[in-house]
Amino acid sequence: MLILSRDTWQEIFGSIQKNKARTIITVIGVLWGIFIYIVLSGAAKGLDNGFEERFENIAMNSMFAWAQTTSVPYAGFKTGRPIQLKLGDVRTLVSRVPEIEFIAPRIVKGAFGGESGGVIYGQRTGYYSIYGDFPVLSKIAAQKIYIGGRFVNEGDIKEHRKVCVIGERTRKELFAKDTDPIGEFIRIDNVFFKVIGVKKFEDGGGFGDDGDITIPFSTYRKLYNTGDDVGWLAIAAYDDADVMKVEQDVKKVLKKIHQISPEDDRAIGSFNLGEIFTKISGFAKGLTFLSLVVGIATILAGVIGIGNILLISVKERTKELGVRRALGATPSEVRGQIILESVFLTMIAGVFGIILGSFALKGISIASEGADIPYTNPTVPIPFVLGALFTMVILGTLIGLIPAQRAVSIKPIDALREE
Amino acid sequence: MIEIKDLHKSYKIGKNLLHVLKGININIEEGELVAIMGSSGSGKSTLLNILGMLDVADKGSYMLDNFPIKDLDETKAAKYRNKFLGFIFQSFNLINYKTALENVALPLYYQKVGRAERTEKAMQYLAKVGLEDWSSHLPSELSGGQKQRIAIARALAAQPKVLLADEPTGALDSTTSYEVMQLIQDINDEGKTILVVTHEDDIAQMCKRIVLLKDGVIIDDKKVNQVRASDHV
Repeated sequence: MLILSRDTWQEIFGSIQKNKARTIITVIGVLWGIFIYIVLSGAAKGLDNGFEERFENIAMNSMFAWAQTTSVPYAGFKTGRPIQLKLGDVRTLVSRVPEIEFIAPRIVKGAFGGESGGVIYGQRTGYYSIYGDFPVLSKIAAQKIYIGGRFVNEGDIKEHRKVCVIGERTRKELFAKDTDPIGEFIRIDNVFFKVIGVKKFEDGGGFGDDGDITIPFSTYRKLYNTGDDVGWLAIAAYDDADVMKVEQDVKKVLKKIHQISPEDDRAIGSFNLGEIFTKISGFAKGLTFLSLVVGIATILAGVIGIGNILLISVKERTKELGVRRALGATPSEVRGQIILESVFLTMIAGVFGIILGSFALKGISIASEGADIPYTNPTVPIPFVLGALFTMVILGTLIGLIPAQRAVSIKPIDALREE
Repeated sequence: MIEIKDLHKSYKIGKNLLHVLKGININIEEGELVAIMGSSGSGKSTLLNILGMLDVADKGSYMLDNFPIKDLDETKAAKYRNKFLGFIFQSFNLINYKTALENVALPLYYQKVGRAERTEKAMQYLAKVGLEDWSSHLPSELSGGQKQRIAIARALAAQPKVLLADEPTGALDSTTSYEVMQLIQDINDEGKTILVVTHEDDIAQMCKRIVLLKDGVIIDDKKVNQVRASDHV
C-alpha cells in the first residue's frame, strides 16, 4: 500500500521539510479553521448544556394554570366575573385529562402583590411570601432541601401540622449563623410553626425567591381561612405527552367547570415551560448549526490555502518532478505523492487544531466558572470531530488534485528543460 | 542494442513546422560508447530525448534490445525509462534536499526495491564512483565533479541497458571533465552501452564512435581510436 509504506512518508517529509516556514504558515491556515470550528461548536454545546442545567429542576413538560376574570359574557353571567379555582377542580382535571402525571394545587400569601406573611423569631422579624403546598409539588419542580431537613409530607397534610420549610434568605435573616434552624419555632402571622427544612433556592425561570416559606396546604387553608380556594395549579404531563395539547385540554376543562365561554381567552391564564424550553433549545441548536457552517467555511478557506501553496510548490519543483519521472516515477506515483502531501498537511493541521481548540474550550470553561452564564461542560461530540477530520481528508484530497494534475500535466522533457 | 529506422520529428513553433529530425537511421551494438556531435540546432538533443523516451517520434521505428518502443503513454514510458535507461544530465539534476545516497537510491525506489537492498545497492554504486565517504552529504556540499559522479552512480543503480548522457561534462572544467569521462570509459569497459551527446571534440575523441548530426540528418558516422581519459589526468 502506498499510504502505509515508510518510503512514501519519507518522500513526503522530504519535500515538506524543503520549505519549513511556508509549510508552517500554510498549516496554521487550516489549523485556525478547525480551531474556530472546535471552539465554536464546543461553546454552543456548553450553552446548550447550560440551559439544560438551568431547567433540570423543573419538569420540562410542565405547565401552570391560574384563574383571572372573564372577558366574554356566558351562561347568563356578565363579563368581568372573577374566577376562583377550587380543590375539587383537581380531581375533575385528573379524570378528564389522562396525560396529567402530577398535579399540585398551590396557594400563596404575598408574592403577587398581596400582603406577605409577618414572621418572627426571637427578636428578629421579617415579611415573606407564604406558600401552601402539597408534597406532590416536588415531583413537578425539584425541591432541594439542605441536609437534615425535609419537605412537606403527606402526614403534615393529613394532620394539618404547623410545620414550615424556609428559604435560604429567611434562614440567614432570622437565625444566627451558628444556630440550626431545624426544630426551632418561628411565628408566622402569630401562629407558631416548627421549621422542618431549609430550601436551596434554584432560579428556574419561575416567580419564587430565596425567602419563600412553605407550609402544608391544609394548614394554610385553616390559617388563612381560604376554604377550598386554590391559587394556581402546577401540572406535569407524562414524558411522551404533548404539553401544548395538555395545556389546551386543561384550560378547556377548567372553562367548563367554571362556566366560562370556550371563546374566552383571558379567564384562565397558563404558562408552559415546554414551549419556552423548546425555544431556548432551538436557539442553542441554531448556534450549533451556525458554528458548523462557520467552522466548515473556515476550514475550507484553510484547505484552499494548502492547495494554493502546493501549486506554488509544484511550480518550484517542476524540475525535480521532471527528474523523478525521467528516473521512472509514473504519473500516478507523482500524483499520489502530491495528494498525500496535501492530505498529510491538512491532517496535521486538523489534529493540532483540535488539540488547541480543546485547550481553549477548557480555558473558557474555567473562566466562566462561577459567573452567572448558562455555560456548562463545553464538549464537541466525537462524531463531530471525526466528521471534521473526514471532511478535511476529503477536502485535502480534492484540493490536492489540482496541483497534482498540474504536476503530471508538465511533460518530463519540458520539466527538465526548465532552468 | 539500439536500432533506429527512418526517425522523423518536427515541432510546431507558432504557425511554422520545424523539421528537426529528417530520417535518422542508426544501429548501436551492445558495449559501444558513442558520441553524438553536432552544432546546436542539429537535432542531437531531440534524438537523445527520443532515445530516452522523454519525447516521441512522429515517424520511424525504435527498437531497444530487440524490444519495440512504441505506443508509449506516460506510465509505460516511465516504466521503460526506469528499466532500460540511465540518464546523466549536464546540470546533474540531483534532488537537492536528498543526500547522495538517497539520490542514488531513487531509481531503485521507483523499481519498488526494498529499503535495505536499496541502501546496499546504492552504497555499492557510490563506492564504484569513489564517493562512499560522501553518502550522507547533500548535493550542495559537493563539488561539480562529485555531483556528476553521484548522478552517474544514480544512472547505474537501476542497472539499465543503456546510459544516455546529455553533455555530461558541459558544466565542468577540463580536469574534472576528464575524470568524469574516465569513469564513463571504465563503465563502458565493463560492457555497458553508453551514448554521449557533446559538442566538445576532445570529449568525443574519448568515445569509440562518433556520429555527426547536421540539420537533422547524420552526415558522418565513424569509429575512432579511443583516447583514454587517464592519459590527460
